[in-house]
Amino acid sequence: MSTKPKIAMYWAASCGGCEIALVNLHEKILDVDAAFDFYFCPCLLDTKTNDIKALPDGELAITFFNGGIRTEENLEMARLLRKKSQILIAFGSCAIEGCIPGLANLTAAKSLIDTIYHDNITIDNPEQITPDPQTQVAEGPLGVPAFRDTLQTLAQVTEVDYFIPGCPPESHQIWQAIAALTAPAGPPPIGSVLGSGPSTVCVECRREKTDKKINRFFRNYEIIPSETECLLEQGLLCLGIATRQGCGGLCPEVNMPCTGCYGPPAGRSDQGARMTAALGSILDLGDTKGINESELLARIEQALGTIPDPVGTFYKYSLAGSIPGGRQDP
Amino acid sequence: MNRTLDHTIVGFLCNWCSYAGADHAGGSQKSYPHNFKIIRVMCSGRVEPEFILEAFRKGAAGVVIMACHPGDCHYKTGNYQAAGRYHLLQKMISQLGIDENRLVMEYISASEGERFIEVVNQTVHTLEGIPPPPLS
Repeated sequence: MSTKPKIAMYWAASCGGCEIALVNLHEKILDVDAAFDFYFCPCLLDTKTNDIKALPDGELAITFFNGGIRTEENLEMARLLRKKSQILIAFGSCAIEGCIPGLANLTAAKSLIDTIYHDNITIDNPEQITPDPQTQVAEGPLGVPAFRDTLQTLAQVTEVDYFIPGCPPESHQIWQAIAALTAPAGPPPIGSVLGSGPSTVCVECRREKTDKKINRFFRNYEIIPSETECLLEQGLLCLGIATRQGCGGLCPEVNMPCTGCYGPPAGRSDQGARMTAALGSILDLGDTKGINESELLARIEQALGTIPDPVGTFYKYSLAGSIPGGRQDP
Repeated sequence: MNRTLDHTIVGFLCNWCSYAGADHAGGSQKSYPHNFKIIRVMCSGRVEPEFILEAFRKGAAGVVIMACHPGDCHYKTGNYQAAGRYHLLQKMISQLGIDENRLVMEYISASEGERFIEVVNQTVHTLEGIPPPPLS
């Protein structure tokens, strides 16, 4: 029986990319293994939920929890792992703010089920079978975890000690976070965001930035942007200006606009609102001398008309954790 | 029961024009609905979209931004920035299932006390026709 402190990694409503990011530590994973007993990770190890239930409370030193809370099973595991862990970390965008699965909060749970199992041209479901929590078969009752009304973030259902942002978190940042937690000076204050910086992606982006004035926006396929100028100044909806630093500006580096996976910068609760504030302030309204209200409105609408889906674009990763949290009348 | 009057309508008024306009209405002994609560800001450009979303989350029936007329901004472009944000936020709140009529922007100058009263009354009247906000 290992005497090393136990760590765990669990996935709820997520894609598995966070586990890949952890494995991308490459040979440093051996250092993790030297310091910790990697005890539970359904993606990589064979330990079962019952093994976790059998542990004394607080037996896991650190749990990296990725994924949002979409089903009753996700919720049960979040609460179980909270109880068994000394440090519970919301790992990656899904656990912190919902990420792509969180966009489902724009649609009622029932409509989601209808679209997946009934109302879709490619679906052949004559018996109208849906995944009901309890089904009676000849051998007895069968159960699947119930689908909850909305997707919640980990911190919305239980207490979280630290946050590591990113979709997925950059591997070198995961290493930095582990180093911070095991530093001789002691761990950072509870509630800290680890493996990132306080400012925005623009700080890390190497493109040339000048005064921004934009009279129309472009979707990615519409233009081939210059490789040296700020992408936002060229009219691409680059979310770097409203996104926490930490990735190193990877997407703008390869001529793609930032889509916002590190969430809002420090001290900000709502990435979509930040992006709205930024874009509203940099519209090119031309010569405004003597402009009247209707002319002003026309110029603003012309510029904003080229943004087809503000919520889907600005809250791509952060809807579930944002101030509205989703659609108010789903 | 008048349901809208049970809910706060938050007004963000710029210090230089709209707040002075509201003051003008007050100085002329004009009355306006009691649920319109005024927050004075230095400039309409100071009104963060976060403030507006937070007001809705806390149960406000509506949010009104009042700014200087185009060309009159004390800081030159604050009202244009507010207008850009307002129109983008209008698109967003309708996607988020919040009735667009709940968010209003109007230009009120320091001398337009009457216009201030009109806008407040009109907003309360419009919101009476809409069911109360789901979050409150």
